[in-house]
This record gives sequence, structure tokens and C-alpha cells, in this order.
Amino acid sequence: MSLPTCTASTMFDALWGWPPPVLDPAGPYADSVTVLAWALFGMGVIVTSVVVAALWVAAKGPEKWRRRLGGERAVWIGGIAFPGLVLTVLLVWGLLLTASLTEEISGDEMRVRVTGHMWWFDVEYLDADGDVLLRDANELHLPVGEKVVLELLSDDVIHSFWVPHLSGKKDMVPGRLNELLVQADRPGRFGGVCAEYCGGPHALMGLVAVAHEAAEWEVWLQARLEGGDSPAALPARTGPMPAVVRETELPARTDQAAAATAGRALFMDSGCGACHRVAGTEANGLAGPDLTHVGARLTLGAGILPNHRGTMMGWIGDSQSIKPGNRMPTYDRLSADELEAIAIWLEQQR
Amino acid sequence: MAGRESETCFDHDLYKLFPVHAPRPEGEVEELDRIWKAPTGWGLLKGINNNYIGFFHLSTAFLFFLLAGILALGMRVQLAAPLQDFLPQETYNQFFTMHGTMMMFLFAVPAVEAAGMLLLPQMLGARELPFPRMAAYGFWMFLIGGLSFFTSIFFSLAPSGGWFMYPPLTSIAFSPEINTDFYLLGIGFIEISAIAGAVEIIVGVLRSRAPGMTLDRMPIFAWAMLVFGVMIILAFPAIIAATSLLELERAFNWPFFDPTRGGDPLLWQHLFWFFGHPEVYIIFIPAAGMMSMMVATIARVPLVGYRLNVVALVATGFISFGVWAHHMFATGMPRVSTGYFSAASMAVSLPAGIQVFCWIATLASGKIRWSAPALFVTGSIVTFTIGGLTGVMLGMVPFDWQAHDTHFVVAHLHYVLIGGMVMPLFGAFYYWAGMTSKNALSDRLGRWVFALFFSGVHITFLPMHLTGFLGMPRRVYTYLPGRDLDLVNLISTIGAFVIAAGVALFLFDLARNFRFTAAESAGNVYDAGTLEWLPAGLYSSRSLPLVKSRNPLWDDPDLAEDTQEGRYFLPNSATGLRETIITSPVNAEPQYLQIIPGPSPFPAAAAFLTAAFFLSLTVQAYGFAVFCGVIAVGCMLRWMWDSDPPVEQKTADIGGGIMVPIAITGPKSHGWWGLNVLMVVMGMIGVMMLFSYLYLFGIHPDVWIAAPPLEQTLGILALFGATTALAWLSRRMLAWRKPGIPAGQLPWITAALAATCSALAVYWDWSGWSGAGLDPVASGQGATVFAAVGYQGCLTAISALLAGYLGFRSGRGLISPPASVTLDTVARFIGYVGVQGAVLAFVIRLLPGG
Repeated sequence: MSLPTCTASTMFDALWGWPPPVLDPAGPYADSVTVLAWALFGMGVIVTSVVVAALWVAAKGPEKWRRRLGGERAVWIGGIAFPGLVLTVLLVWGLLLTASLTEEISGDEMRVRVTGHMWWFDVEYLDADGDVLLRDANELHLPVGEKVVLELLSDDVIHSFWVPHLSGKKDMVPGRLNELLVQADRPGRFGGVCAEYCGGPHALMGLVAVAHEAAEWEVWLQARLEGGDSPAALPARTGPMPAVVRETELPARTDQAAAATAGRALFMDSGCGACHRVAGTEANGLAGPDLTHVGARLTLGAGILPNHRGTMMGWIGDSQSIKPGNRMPTYDRLSADELEAIAIWLEQQR
Repeated sequence: MAGRESETCFDHDLYKLFPVHAPRPEGEVEELDRIWKAPTGWGLLKGINNNYIGFFHLSTAFLFFLLAGILALGMRVQLAAPLQDFLPQETYNQFFTMHGTMMMFLFAVPAVEAAGMLLLPQMLGARELPFPRMAAYGFWMFLIGGLSFFTSIFFSLAPSGGWFMYPPLTSIAFSPEINTDFYLLGIGFIEISAIAGAVEIIVGVLRSRAPGMTLDRMPIFAWAMLVFGVMIILAFPAIIAATSLLELERAFNWPFFDPTRGGDPLLWQHLFWFFGHPEVYIIFIPAAGMMSMMVATIARVPLVGYRLNVVALVATGFISFGVWAHHMFATGMPRVSTGYFSAASMAVSLPAGIQVFCWIATLASGKIRWSAPALFVTGSIVTFTIGGLTGVMLGMVPFDWQAHDTHFVVAHLHYVLIGGMVMPLFGAFYYWAGMTSKNALSDRLGRWVFALFFSGVHITFLPMHLTGFLGMPRRVYTYLPGRDLDLVNLISTIGAFVIAAGVALFLFDLARNFRFTAAESAGNVYDAGTLEWLPAGLYSSRSLPLVKSRNPLWDDPDLAEDTQEGRYFLPNSATGLRETIITSPVNAEPQYLQIIPGPSPFPAAAAFLTAAFFLSLTVQAYGFAVFCGVIAVGCMLRWMWDSDPPVEQKTADIGGGIMVPIAITGPKSHGWWGLNVLMVVMGMIGVMMLFSYLYLFGIHPDVWIAAPPLEQTLGILALFGATTALAWLSRRMLAWRKPGIPAGQLPWITAALAATCSALAVYWDWSGWSGAGLDPVASGQGATVFAAVGYQGCLTAISALLAGYLGFRSGRGLISPPASVTLDTVARFIGYVGVQGAVLAFVIRLLPGG
């Protein structure tokens, strides 16, 4: 496989790796589970030690100890009373914690609809009426300190949404709506994955959650609203179609604007719009990720590649060798220059 | 002496006759040898005897352990470093699917089941279990089915949807190739094989014990196998129903799991895990039974807490049916349900704790004699304890939401299954090898096998807990660099090869020392106290002992010699045929002599053809499938033909002058018990059909249409009632006739009428729903209703076939008053079908939507 080694860039270090995300919570819905995990780990160490010590006594211990251990009374104490006590305590804790983690949703929370597809996440930010405010993919942005309700859906098979820094996972089941509460209490980028086996390249289906400080969040949101669906942005993009088609010479690389124009035309000509939507253009496909803001994304290929011009070109040209089995065809008929032109145009979709 | 109160009016004073010291006539042992002689060469296909079929069965299961283990090595190489290219994506997905499926269905369940069939006859002091032909049929099915299923991987036709096969990923829309059908149909006949074995084991444990072996004196392994058998017949119907529904959805587009048409993907998960979680205990319980046997011998003291241990086994089996949804905590279940399943999941670890401390207490109360089995037993206790503790962790719902579907769970399940089943099984190989091999295995090599295996398991799986915490999900064919996953994965890969080295050393030991034999075995090398260590041939011990305690060989040093010299029950062949004593279920008082069938080619032939039937279905060669199916049924009927031979001799002397009847009919007979077990299986499939119907009604009541009119329903119920009444009448008719006079045609014609009533009812049921506008393709209601009616139709077709068979026998004058096993079986089967049809129709038509 030829996933470029640049995936090991510093950007990804921030998302995953040591300390283990499950033990490194960034919000209240992961925090209490981390405490629980450490407590359970302690319980496990203690009970294992008790059993190993009992085995040692049975094998090598002094006669007196062995006699004490060698009867039904030991079974009643070690096999019934001791585990019964431990389990009861754990059960009560678990039930209370479950209740606190699934607290009632008031309805005032910010809502984001995340829909699982083979093999990427569709992300739609909803307004107070439940209408789609903004559409993005493979990235979940949220303001620090605010409770967010995720509406989890699936378009095809069962997926599971998991950002371990923020909360436990929840399945995305076709025909069902599952709700998951998440909240980040510190800014940062957190890795997420599909946790339910969904066939083919399930291993390469990820996302990034980004928590912004309040001010930064407003900036981010405003930029997306203006850059994408805002009608104000449309005229710039819907200018007269350039005469550049594939046979024509491409403009010099330095001429970014011209390249972008050419890239746009190539994008439309190559049929990309059949699967991808770019707001304000005739590209309105819904089968693949929405590219309206693709230039602003941190990753490509559903959380597996850092997003820059080179990876974008590589992805368009030969996504099948990067993420075998994904639904995007290989565009090896496009030349490097053509790929670059498309990449330049897509970079501008922010 | 326990059981002084006689269960069957058997006079317990007769036990005082034994051992009988009168000399036995010459030539009895030679006659036993001749009667029980195993066919050789190609004749082995006709072999009917658990003493070696059980061994073949176990060996085959072990072969699949090796093959599935090789797949695991392939996966570990692929995951040794990030973004490797060793196994392509689709191949990897097939590998992990096959690894899980094979380890569960082709290794674990068959291995413990085969161990039961191999060990139980001698351990119970029986010549043989009651249904050896069914066991042979089960074995051949398993061998052919398993091998052809495995072969699919060489053609890239192996399923890749995971052993759990969740739709819609496995529905036709997302898995259009036949790979998934290989799973659904391939596993189909392994289910049949498992159920056949379970019938054999349940009836065997309850009815084939040596006289005096009350339930309270039964070896703990037999208790475990009894619980195992009961769990199989309760749990496997769920997977039979689930795979049938998914296959119906794939083949005919019936939307059981399609939410757009009133189905639900989670229906599959409920059905699958209702089977899948008990399955784990189905595997663990027999291994726990082996552990209990081995610890007693290792410490050379009776098991501490025998009764607590029995209670723990039964409780485990019971609770394990109430925990299935803990595999579904992340699916968005209501909080109340998660609370219940969380509590049950924790409760199920209590009986495991009891067993662990019984073992430790036993070891403490005696003196451990270190040996290979002793090492595996202690290693298993430690490993299983750790696996159990991570299980408790996963039972905590909030923790599960984090750890679920990550490598933490991979670590957990391997600790439980390897610690709870594989290590005990390796211990058992060393422990019981002396029973079936000329030489015992090398204890010195065994210690090395243990050292490699034990350390390999912990090197592989201990770091995997952390891998999961680092965010690596399960079932991923690769992972990205820069996530700190490289080192933990590399360690796991190294560990996997250490395990492989241990297994390879074990194979070397086998090759060097293991030589299968039934008659000249190495014997009781570990000085155990139970009956399987009596000197034995293919007929088990020469005479069947009178059991007075739980460890008879320790308590009566003369027992081996006395049984060998024929001083106990059945020192010869009383009829000149294969036979064993059937005893009462609680106190094991002798009841009658069962004639055991000898070599026959038909079970193997039926198995080959059944396999061909399923495989041709898989590759959609429907014509050939029908052809094979018909001949397979013919073979089964031919084999049944010999089941109820006319016997001239009515009673036999089973030693000490005690006379018992031969081949009885009615509720005491083993055939009656076997059918009861099968009825449970059929009933559970029906329950699963009803569950599916009610569940989908609960999810999508909006697509439900009203049931056909009430008069029609009442008519159908009346017809099913008539089915049962006529079936009952057909049996009574024979009883009313004078003994000695052939039965005439009335009984079978009545039975045929009963089957006809059922057929009419099924037809009316089906056409009634069609008339009401229900379409199996259109809605979940249609799919589940027609599936239930179709299932009833299948049983009705079998009823008709059996009625015809009865008529054929009747025509040959083989049904004679006052009772006939064949008539009993056929009539009770048809009677059951009537009851089941009425229940299905009643619930489906009169409860929701009606």
C-alpha cells in the first residue's frame, strides 16, 4: 500500500498516541469513565494478586495456611462473598454513572447530525429548527465548554462513532436515530474512528474532532457560513465558464487564479460533481463528502491523510491505492498538471 | 447409601451381589472383542462407535484449531507494523472472519463435544452412548462441512463479514457475492452436527450411567457435559433461525433486517447474541468440567465443593441466557435494559469465581504433583481469572462504551477463551492421552509446551489491552503510523509466534508418542479415580461396575481387576449384539438393555449427501441440491429402518442373575428421551420465529396490517388440534389391539391423516395471509409471518414423510401391538407439530395486529 509516510506528521501526533486517549479525557463524558477505568484496573490487579497468592499458598504455602484454604469455607469466602461484595459495589457505581452520562437532553443544545457512510462521515450542523446550517465531512468542530448533541445516523451499514477523548462510542444503525452527548473542556484536536466493522477499508475510516475556544469558534463558524453556502460568495465562482478544456495548455503554475479556474472546469468536466457537492456550483452530488469547505479540512480520505496540495493530487489521481475499496474511482487519466489545477481550486473551497 | 428410596422399584439389595465371584465361562472377552470390532480401511466409513468416532471428531476439531491458528499468524504478520502489504484488505477481512468462525464453530464447540463423546462412555461406565449412528452422522457432517468451508478461503470465496455477520453489511446489497452464503449454509450444517451431538450427550449422561452412579456421584465432567448439551439445544436454535432468516433475505428479498421495509438490523444482533453469548459458556463449561477432574487427580484428593461446583455449572448455564445484550450496549439501548444486562453480566462471574476457588481449595487440600496437566491447570486459572476480570470491566456500561470493539475486547476474549478453554484442553490432552494412546505423551515436553504457550499468550494479549486504550479498533486490516501503535502491535506479533512454537512442540510430541488405540492404552498414568481409567476395549470395560462413590478407583483398589474379570454388570454380550444398560436418570438403577447398532454405511452416506445438499445450495446448483437432498433423506430412512428391529429375546441377564427387559418402548425408553430433546430444539426455533415477529412489531408497528378474519384463525387452530388428536389416536389404536396380532393399516392411516390436517392448516394459514394482502417481500411483518408458516410447513413435510415411512413398515408387518418405538416416535412427532402449529398461528394471528 502506498499511503504516504507523511501521515506520520506532527499534526497526527496531536490526535492520537501517548497518552492513551481513553485515559486522557478532554471532557465530562470521558472524564468519569477514565476514573472508572483506573478503579477497575486497580480492582483487577488486586483480585489477580489474591488469586495468584492463593495459588501460591496451595502449591507452596505452609501446612496451616493450606488447611485453611483447602475447604469449602474458602470457596464461600473467596468465591462467593469476596466477588459478591466487589461486584455489588461496581454495579451500583456503574448504574449511577450510566445514568449521569445519559442525562436528559434539554433540547437547547447545539446539534450536529453525523451520518456514517462506507467509509466516511457526513457532518451537518443544525440550527435551532433542525435545518441544516452547514455541511461538512469527516470533521467535527465544537466550541469548548458547550454540550453538543450528535444525531447519529447511517446511510448504508452499521458504523460506530468514537472519539475517545470526548466520550464512549455509539453505533450508527440504519433506520435508527441514536443521540450521543459530547463536550470538550479544553481546546484541541482529537482523533476519531469508526469502531464497528463496516467492510472493506473499515480500518481507514476516521475523523477529527476540533474543539475551539469560544471566540475562535465564532470565527470558524462565520468563515464557513460565508465561504460555503453564503449566496454572497456565489458570484465569484459562477463566472463565465473558461474556455480551458483538457486538450488545452494549462496556465503556468505560478498563475494560481488561472489554475484554479482551469481546475474548476476540470472538476466539472470529469464528473466529480456527480458524487460531490460544492455549494454554489453545479456540482451537487450527495454520494461522496461535501467539498464546499474541503480546503479548510485538516485531513483527506476520512481522517487518514493530512490535507495539502500534494495529498489532494495523490488522492484524486489514485485514491484506490491509498484506501483500497473506497467508492471513489481512480483518475489516472488526469495528468499531474491537471491534478494540481483541481487541487488548487479545491484548496480555495474553504 | 444414597438413593435408598428406589426410583424404579429396583431392589437395592441386589447391589450386594456384586462383585460376583463365581467364575465366568471362557471366551466371553473374545466374543465382546468380535462383536465390537471396528471396521478397517474404507470400512471405517461404516464405523459406528464413539470410542473411535469421538477420537476422529476431536482430531478434526484440532486440525481446524491449527488452520485457524495459521490464519491468526497471517493477521499478526500483517499488523506487525503499520501500513503493511502482507495481506491485502479483502484477504485480511476474510482471514479474521474465518479465524473467528472456525475457532468458534469448527474448533471450540466440536472439540469439547467430541471430548465428551470420547470420554463419556467409559467415564460413565457405559459400553456406548445411546445414539452412536447420530454421532457418526454428526462427525461426517462436521468433517466434510468444515473442510469445504475452510477451502473457500483458497478461492477468495470465504465470507468477510465477521463471524458475527451483522446485516446490512451481509445483506445482498452490500455483500452480493456467495461468500456470505458459504457462512450461512456452511455454518448451517455444523449446527446440525452440534445438535446431533447434544442429543447424544444429554440422553447418554442421563440414561447410560453405570448402575449406582447417582447424579450425586457423577463425575463433574459429566455434569458439565449435561449442562453443555442443554445449553446447545436452547442456544443453537437461535443461530439456526438467524442464519435461515438472513439467507431468506438474501435469496428471496424478505426484509427481516431492512429498516426501509419494516425490518431492523438489530433483530439479527438479538438473535445472534442470544446464541452467541451462551456459546462462550458452551465452550467454557465442558473445559471447566475437565479442570475439576484434573485438579482432583493433581492434588489426589476429591474435588472440594463438588455440589457448589455443580450449582455453579448450572447457574452459569442459566444466567448466560440473560446476558446477550451486553454485546449491544453501544447500539443505543434504553438505559433500563443496559442496567439489567449489566447486572446479569456481573452475576455470571459469580459462579466462575466459585469454580476458581473450588479448584484452588482442592489444590490446597491435597499435595500438588507437578506435571504438564498441573501446569496447564494453574496457568489456566491465572489466565482465566484475568479474562474474567476484564469481562467484569466490560460489563460496566460506561467502560464498555469506551472499550467496546477495540483491541481491549480482543485481549479480553482471548484471555477468557484461551484461559477458560484452550489451556484446559491442552492439559486434558496430556491428562487423557493415556486413555486412547499406546504411550502417554511426554511430560517433559509437555512442560516446555506449557512454558511456550503460556508466555506466548501473555506476550500477545496483555499489551492488547493497551492497544485498545490507544484507540485501535478491532477488525482493522492495518493502522496508521505515528499513533504509538507500532510497538504494542509488534510485541503481540512476537507473542503469537511464541504460541505457535508451543503448538509446534506439542505436534512434535504427538508425532513422537501418540499412537491411537482403544484396547492397549498406556493407562492411568496420573493415578486418577474415575471410571475412564478402568482397563478397556472398544466395548469400554469388560463388565460395567457398580458405582458406590465419586472416585470409585480410589475407594476400591480391586475395582479394576473385578471389572476385568467380569464380576460386575454385563460381563458378556447377553444377546450376541452390541448392547448397554439403560439406567434411571436420578439413581441410575438398571432399567433395560439397549441394543446398540453396529457398523452401517448409511450415516456417513447421509452426511456426505447432506453436505452436498448444502454446498450445492451455496453455489446455487438447485437441481443437484434437490437430488442430493432426496437421496440423503433416503439414507436416513434406511438407517432408521434398522432402529427398531423385531427382537425375539424379551429379557436378558445382566449379571448376578438380574433380569431386565430388552428394547422397551414408552416414556422410559432412550428414543422417547431423544425425541423430547429434539422437540426442545424445534420449539426453540419456533420461539425465535415468534420473537422475530413480535420484535419487529415493536419496532415498526406502522407497517403492520390486520390479521385475516377470526373464523379462519379458529379453523386453522381446529385443524392443528385435529393433527395432535389424530396423532395421539394412532398410538392408542395399537395399544387397543391384542398382542401378537399385526397392527393392520389403521394406525399409520390415522397418522397420515394427522399429517394431512397439519398440511391443510399450513396451506390455509399461508393463503389466508396472502389473501389478506400480506406480502413477504413488502414488509417485516410479511417476512416474519411467512417465515414462521414456512417453518411449520417444513415440519409438516417431515411429518408426512414419517407417516409414509410408518405405512411402509406397517406393510411389512413390523408394527405390532402393544407398542412400537417407530409408531411412538412418528406419532409423537406429528402430535408435537400440531401443538407447535397452533401456538404459532395463535400468537401471530391473535396478538398484535390481529
